[in-house]
Amino acid sequence: MEKIVLPDIKDLHLIDIYIHHGGFAAAKKAFTKTTDDIIDEVKKSGLRGRGGAAFLAGLKWSFMPKSTDKPKYLCINGDESEPGSFKDRQIFEYNPHQLIEGILITAYAIQAKIVYIYIRGEYHKWIKLMQKALDDAYARGFIGEKMKETFGTDFSCEVYIHKGAGAYICGEESSLMNSLEGQRGYPRVKPPFPAQNGLWGNPTTINNVETITNVPPIINKGWEWFSKIGEPRHPGTLLFGVSGHVNKPGVYELPTGTLLTDIIYKYAGGVPGDKKILCVIPGGSSMPPLRGDQLEGVKMDAESLKNAGSAIGTGGVIVMDEDTDLVKVLARIAHFYHHESCRQCTPCREGTGWLEKILKRLVKGEGSSSDLDLLISVATNIEGNTICALGEAAAWPVRFMVTRFRDYFEERVSKEVSLSVKNKVHSMRNTSIPLAPVTR
Amino acid sequence: MEFKFNEENQNKLNTIISHYPVKKAAVMGALWLAQEQSGWISGEVMKEVANQLEMTLEEVLGVVTFYTMYNQKPMGKFHLQVCTNVSCMLRGGALIFDHIKLKLGIDDMHVTDDKMFSLEEVECMGSCGTAPMIAINEDYFENLNISEVDNILESLKNKN
Repeated sequence: MEKIVLPDIKDLHLIDIYIHHGGFAAAKKAFTKTTDDIIDEVKKSGLRGRGGAAFLAGLKWSFMPKSTDKPKYLCINGDESEPGSFKDRQIFEYNPHQLIEGILITAYAIQAKIVYIYIRGEYHKWIKLMQKALDDAYARGFIGEKMKETFGTDFSCEVYIHKGAGAYICGEESSLMNSLEGQRGYPRVKPPFPAQNGLWGNPTTINNVETITNVPPIINKGWEWFSKIGEPRHPGTLLFGVSGHVNKPGVYELPTGTLLTDIIYKYAGGVPGDKKILCVIPGGSSMPPLRGDQLEGVKMDAESLKNAGSAIGTGGVIVMDEDTDLVKVLARIAHFYHHESCRQCTPCREGTGWLEKILKRLVKGEGSSSDLDLLISVATNIEGNTICALGEAAAWPVRFMVTRFRDYFEERVSKEVSLSVKNKVHSMRNTSIPLAPVTR
Repeated sequence: MEFKFNEENQNKLNTIISHYPVKKAAVMGALWLAQEQSGWISGEVMKEVANQLEMTLEEVLGVVTFYTMYNQKPMGKFHLQVCTNVSCMLRGGALIFDHIKLKLGIDDMHVTDDKMFSLEEVECMGSCGTAPMIAINEDYFENLNISEVDNILESLKNKN
């Protein structure tokens, strides 16, 4: 089976090896075409974004205004902070030049003269690897002024790395732009969309690392070849990061539409001790979890997963066996989103904290049945009421986990509310009869 | 104590500034350089960064406090970052965090008295496939268990 993003070629991260295997031929080919042809090619290939929303990449590029005097920018999103997702770092490490080539083609297609690769700060090592790859490509004249001569074109662009500093929210595109501009990484209200009003008010396109790495093979082999791989509505391969209770966790590049059960049992070696699966989160921690008995026949692509009641997200598959304490897991997820909320919108700022508090109560065994309804109520009140999608990311796991595992959660809570002080609520009411002070 | 970038870092900073159309965008890079040089982001560091990038002190402070990786106080020589997020937790990350806490006798975001170690419970570091993990300063240590963590701590102690 063919691998597009991470082919099995030894030392592919070295520029000589990459060129030896046909590297930068796609860029050369692209520069002989018009920008419209390239956008059209990628649009027809059906390449969808790999960062979570699975939006058509070619369509996104076509939003960039053609006639404008403003400078245009391309941002490559390598913030990769979704728990369960660890695919971009493989590209930085094993195939950085294909990413660079994809950047050149994309920058040309949207006529961006400056490209920023935003990489999360924790990836110190991978930032160094990527910088080395960029330096090598600069030295060979593939980037910068020299590329005009190398490729025989009148287009040139500069590529810089921007190092993040530990903020999940900066993976959200508008937050990423604010972060790049040197502000706090608050998401922006959309519209205006980045293609109209992005970095410093200029047209900007933001694409995921994996998306862009798919571009050179599409230009090389044509859109028809790409559109025939995997599921027609979401073609290509995906980097599935499998983690949790599996024998062989890791990143597997497989065609879209691969069965979830195949990924877990055939590629990731099944569950240790042949235990049953209690729960699987198919696309990184913010996606709706599936019950162990919902996995049969589920295909891993955006449309099939939507029908199965979840979403593809970043393709980070987290497997939990039957002995997992789901309440603890959910409390940990809630803690994460509370920690990572940028505190801009009230529903998210307050709601994520409430979710965490209630779930911590459940972990301690002090929860009641009404707490489960409260969780769902708080979650639904966050959803759709925030500027960015972190609201949904925080609410979905809670809402779907509690609904889909209601029986499991019911067993962990008592049926009635217990209060540490008798008649506490009543005793705090205003009354003409003085009451004894409440001892807490 | 007044903070000034050393010559090497000043050159690096000038390069970073040249990558952007406005100076302000270099603030994250400047803070990274300052942190490498002095270990943490003090008020003096922020003043210097604000001066150089023509920002107000408040703007710089806003950036420093938004991101978790800028140390707002001096950390240990070895800054241990233990991931306890879902994928690591399922494979024992939380146990490792508790173990280190007991072993070093410090809590989250605290430093040992000899200033050698500091501990931080961090969110997903992108090592889910090689969980559980800890990062020590900039290096990742993956596929760990308790006894390997002990070995690592021992070797760090002996390094002094």
